[in-house]
Amino acid sequence: MIPSLPDSKLLTRGRALYVSLFFLFLLMPLSVVAVFAFNNSLFPTPPWKGFTLDWFIANTGDRTGLFFDSALLTSIWVSCKVAFWVTVLSVSLGIGNAFLLERAQFRGKGLLTTLMLVPLVIPGVILGISILAFASQIANYAYDAWGLELEWLRPGLPLVVAGQFSYIVTIATLTIAARLKRFDESLEEAALNLGATRFAILRTITLPYLKPSIIGSAAVAFLLSFENFNTTLMLVGSDNPLTVLMYGRMREGASPVLNAVSLLLMAVSSIAVGMMYLRKPKQA
Amino acid sequence: MNTLTPKRLTLYLLLAPAILWLLLLIILPHVGMGMISFRERIGPGEFAGSLKQYRTFFEEPLYWNTFVRTAVMSLIATIMALVMAFPVAWTIAKVAKGRLKALMLAATLLPFWASELVRTLGWLILLRGSGVIPQFLAFIGVTDQPVELLYHDATILVGLIYSSLLFMLVPLINALETLDDSLIEAAYDLGGNRLNILRKIIIPHAAPGIAAGSIMVFMLTLGNYLTPVVLGGKSSMWFTEQIYTQFITRFNWEQGAAFAFLLLGLSSVLVWLGLKITGQRFADAMRRT
Amino acid sequence: MQTSSNTAPIDLSVQEVSKHYTNFTAVNRLSLDVPKGSFFSILGPSGCGKTTLLRMIAGFITPDEGDIVIGGKSMRNVAPNRRPVNMVFQHLALFPMMSVGENVGYGLARRGLTKGEISKKADAMLERVGLPGIAGKRIDQLSGGQKQRVAIARSLVLEPTLLLLDEPLGALDLKLREHMKLELKQLQNEVGTTFVYITHDQSEALVMSDRVAVMNKGQFEQVGTPQELYYHPKTAFVAGFVGNSNRLEGVLTNAAEGKTASGLTLALTPTQPASSGATSMFIRPETIALSRQETEIASFANRLPCKVETLFFDGANSTVQVKEVATGTQLHVALPHTGQHSDLVPGETVFIGIRAEHVQAFQG
Repeated sequence: MIPSLPDSKLLTRGRALYVSLFFLFLLMPLSVVAVFAFNNSLFPTPPWKGFTLDWFIANTGDRTGLFFDSALLTSIWVSCKVAFWVTVLSVSLGIGNAFLLERAQFRGKGLLTTLMLVPLVIPGVILGISILAFASQIANYAYDAWGLELEWLRPGLPLVVAGQFSYIVTIATLTIAARLKRFDESLEEAALNLGATRFAILRTITLPYLKPSIIGSAAVAFLLSFENFNTTLMLVGSDNPLTVLMYGRMREGASPVLNAVSLLLMAVSSIAVGMMYLRKPKQA
Repeated sequence: MNTLTPKRLTLYLLLAPAILWLLLLIILPHVGMGMISFRERIGPGEFAGSLKQYRTFFEEPLYWNTFVRTAVMSLIATIMALVMAFPVAWTIAKVAKGRLKALMLAATLLPFWASELVRTLGWLILLRGSGVIPQFLAFIGVTDQPVELLYHDATILVGLIYSSLLFMLVPLINALETLDDSLIEAAYDLGGNRLNILRKIIIPHAAPGIAAGSIMVFMLTLGNYLTPVVLGGKSSMWFTEQIYTQFITRFNWEQGAAFAFLLLGLSSVLVWLGLKITGQRFADAMRRT
Repeated sequence: MQTSSNTAPIDLSVQEVSKHYTNFTAVNRLSLDVPKGSFFSILGPSGCGKTTLLRMIAGFITPDEGDIVIGGKSMRNVAPNRRPVNMVFQHLALFPMMSVGENVGYGLARRGLTKGEISKKADAMLERVGLPGIAGKRIDQLSGGQKQRVAIARSLVLEPTLLLLDEPLGALDLKLREHMKLELKQLQNEVGTTFVYITHDQSEALVMSDRVAVMNKGQFEQVGTPQELYYHPKTAFVAGFVGNSNRLEGVLTNAAEGKTASGLTLALTPTQPASSGATSMFIRPETIALSRQETEIASFANRLPCKVETLFFDGANSTVQVKEVATGTQLHVALPHTGQHSDLVPGETVFIGIRAEHVQAFQG
């Protein structure tokens, strides 16, 4: 049990073994993805045929490395653009929502609070499908009634952004609201007492206090958007974000290029997450 | 009393985008989808109200079976994730200290921050006929030659549990960390044995975490698409796949919308039941995860 | 010093101010004048309305009735950020995301001073409160007492007409609190700013203030110097709240004598002209003379033989609980600081003497 209570050796060792196996299970899939990104073979399977960087930098007949695979690079760029807009929109609305939840009093607040949580419980596939159907119906109606072709309501990147935004904003809201809840309102009163205007208080006191949660939720929003698959799959048009492209390639049969791009993804998110955690001690 | 309550105008400025978001991206699309599910195509561009889509669901064993199968497998995955995660959550929350604890937490988070695609790719490389585990099993002589480990129900379960462990671990760790060690020491001091302490002290204290984790995992599993489709292949029979097929492949929106609503209904009912049984409030449970 | 003998101009004038909430009245038709340069305390138990009053002066709460005049100007419809009033908050409310210097310079920056002026003034003020050269530190690097001084510096640097202090010493431990009391009084003497201090701690109010208002249930019970409150309380509430007292309930038998519920008859001094009716009698422990010989207390109006019950040794604050022999009335008696009588043992017979002017009777 807890360290202060005596445990038998058998129990302690049994638990240590189990926990080790658990983490092996947890890390094995990621490790093989990483390892086979460097295997000198056309397929990401054993046996090990020696170390190579071909899957990153080759540009020969049967081997196209990640950095020469224009389709992959384009899809990464598409994902970045989508993630950028999702992040900007989610964090902006998230800040507003946090003030709404923690500061404002109005009729129907309970209902609104519950509604804001709902996007988290709707499966991504259904979220995507419902938005697709809704947008298409409007687009069809606009075309039939006024002969208008609303391109942005057809499957494509604007809808992908909308679909991802629809639930990521909930996460941003919860993150920022949680910090705002811990905010000591006497700080604002003190600022007011020292002669600050409402706008100055927001700029000099409240927003700086929220900054860690804003940066944190922006990082989370970007990563969640970049890695989203379920909702995105339902809403994509001709421009494929990275996850959708990888899915297509995976079904055709794996190539080590996928391992290479996966490794890149893992590295980027590890750095991002690591930075978020390193920031924390200073804030505490 | 509080002079800092936003003024009316500010309130409306904050409310407007929030309402637009919920209305345009959540409420109206779902209402629209509900309406689609209750209609039937009777000619080109002509529709009539009907329950045909729902009738088809109950009359066609394939759909019905897929639905039940998805629910049952999700339930199994949830229970297994809970059983697997609990000892680890306990170790992280109560036993491990300092550096080791931070390391374990990081290792828990790592798979989550790797994309679902990456995780699935990892399992593909591990489990496919020519993959790491079959070759290893053949090499050490457990099997005569490499066997195909993909496309089994067990494979799907492994993938589902793997994707959802984090959502079980985090609420469990949070719940267990708030348990005061001295409560356990007191119970032990008063003569409680391990099983009794687990039943009477630890599990009641962790109940909110268990409920939050289970609900989250169940919902995510039910709505998962990638893992069953890739690891289960053609035989996966997952309900989200049916929705995708109807909507995108067959372009039968009416049927797809009905399926989506049935899945949403199932998910809501089970989540509601879960909250009811454990006496949790929805908002509290969601905030925990 | 009498209530109306001040010639200094009035910095704060609270005029018939009330604040009602749905279920209770926090402040009830209350008036108050604070002369320039004085240290004024409002003393009262929690829930007496003193925080509401302070927040009305600062502008965080709008009074339902009455007016507040600061430095000769009515504060009606003046927003809190435009009042010539600064406040030291209960939990100080130092801005954790800013350095000490930025905290002290915050109000100056809002007034649009240049960076150079701000840092010059902030440094000077920090030096004045005894914290030179810490402008670059973070708030969480400061000790409790340092935070206190930074909070005061942050307000004083704006040279307010009035400095409000909302129990700022409450969070400090006992030793530091004792020290800060003296320091705060000294600082007020030096800067000469008018201080309005609210507290529920009578010792803080007595030590620091020029004048104290004792507040109860939204109204002032008595306003006066610490000495007036201590030696001449006007109401039973003040007598009970300021300092320690033996409180005995009973009835007046004539204008100079009362009888407690336990049957003890005491010669007393009534605070209001009356010769009958229910009364509360207050006797301070240190006004009671204690002796082992009856002859030593012969000059006292009240002479009571008692049995020692319990000795509470607490250094200079040691007391003994005794029981009057005839009626069983219990009384607390202070022990002399000389250490005399510290050898009393339970059960021992002693004699106590109380002068009639030290038994203060209030109609109740």
